[in-house]
Amino acid sequence: MSPVFDNIDLFVDGFLTSLRIILFALAGALPLGVLIAACRVSPIPPLRAFGTFWVTTFRNTPLTVVLVFCAFGLPELGINRSFFFFGVLGLVLYTSAFVCEAVRSGINSVPAGQAEAARSIGLNFTQGLRFVVLPQALRTVVPPLGSVLIAMMKNSAVVGAFGVGGDLWSTGQRLTSALGYETLPIFVGGVAVGYLLITLTAGALLQVLERKVAIAR
Amino acid sequence: MQFRRTALVATLSVVALTAAACGGDDDSAAPTPEVADAPEFEAGTTMARIAEAGTIRVGTKFDQPGFGLENLEGEVEGFDVEIAKIIAGALGIAEDDIDFQQTPSAVREEVLEGDEVDMVVATYTINDTRKERISFAGPYYTAGQQIMVASDNDEIDGPDALRDNPDAKVCSVTGSTPAEQITEYLASPDQLVLFDEYSQCADSLSNGQVDAVTTDNVILLGFVADSDGEFKLVGEQFTEEPYGIGIPKGDVEFCEFIHDTLRENEDAYTEAWEATAGQVEGTETPELPEFDECA
Repeated sequence: MSPVFDNIDLFVDGFLTSLRIILFALAGALPLGVLIAACRVSPIPPLRAFGTFWVTTFRNTPLTVVLVFCAFGLPELGINRSFFFFGVLGLVLYTSAFVCEAVRSGINSVPAGQAEAARSIGLNFTQGLRFVVLPQALRTVVPPLGSVLIAMMKNSAVVGAFGVGGDLWSTGQRLTSALGYETLPIFVGGVAVGYLLITLTAGALLQVLERKVAIAR
Repeated sequence: MQFRRTALVATLSVVALTAAACGGDDDSAAPTPEVADAPEFEAGTTMARIAEAGTIRVGTKFDQPGFGLENLEGEVEGFDVEIAKIIAGALGIAEDDIDFQQTPSAVREEVLEGDEVDMVVATYTINDTRKERISFAGPYYTAGQQIMVASDNDEIDGPDALRDNPDAKVCSVTGSTPAEQITEYLASPDQLVLFDEYSQCADSLSNGQVDAVTTDNVILLGFVADSDGEFKLVGEQFTEEPYGIGIPKGDVEFCEFIHDTLRENEDAYTEAWEATAGQVEGTETPELPEFDECA
């Protein structure tokens, strides 16, 4: 364990960088995913087509390909931002497709009668979705959405390899490769523990949330 | 089906043409080092064991132009590969009997400790942390770190200019020695951009995402030569990176054998350089460096 404690400051920095990537990606992917889900269930055909196109594109493209496009493709088109921005953008685009599908599964689990009832009392589509359908959908969505978000947290390691650097994964690479520490203690004792801290905390929070929103139907 | 067959034929002809085109610049056939005829070694030494086995396992890089790069036929080429062939030859092993294993930077110590290879020749910089786990023979080459920028960049003229331009970004590879050493010259750690491969750094330099790329001069010269005047090297070499041959820790006899072999084959050493890394314009053919003491 001492290789980890000797470099604890590097691991803390790496942990914070990973956490920063994750929080920014969460803040982007969640609202974007819900928005795309709204498109996919909307009564307007072009919006539905756009939602389907989005999900098909980003759910079926490997994350590394999306990241390569962001980090090397966008600058070719004259868009120059930091690699941190590009990395988070790639992760947001990729994750939003999965968030969308999880949310849509929740929406589909709400009986059609609910949406009809909302319409009959004079709510339009957006209001019906916002005040009637989504609050009910949220409850069934928590477990699958949780899995999607935890997968995203682990995927943040891939972002580190696209010019961001200094995250948990890159810190592990640096210690083993450039500084010559043994691989196993660094990756098991440091990198894995760092990610577990994030994902286990997230898992616990999700469980609390699940209990909070659960109601007998 | 007709369409598919046409497509297949088209694809195949493109592949054939590409292969032919690549074969075209193969005028620099690597020299074949001398293979000793049934050399004798003291029983119990690493040399005796390897000579007995008739094959040597060598860890090298498969993605380092000039030093160890896998070609389209699946063979590795480069200066490191040639050095390994010289040593294998002295053990009576022909180059076809060398078992080259891909060894990226991160696992170089592990493959030696785990006895997966007999030696590692993989642009392996000698340093003290590494010496705690393995031993080095050599150095057989001394590289130096330099800075590469776009040709129209006049602001960055060396490593010190990076501190004076805190907005400038410099790119290198995760977990490499050059990435560690450049940090001394930076105003903030945010200036350092890290990728997995130098080619990604070169792409980012070309599209303006980073202002400079830094690593060992021979690697940068390869990019400059391929860039059609888009990139240039600036400043002096500001580090010394002695490349050594990694061997299991404490194997003094094997280390001394490698030293003797290289000293006896200085001509082969020069030829090896000229056929590989020396092909890049602007490189100087090195002299065999002074060896460190075996320990």
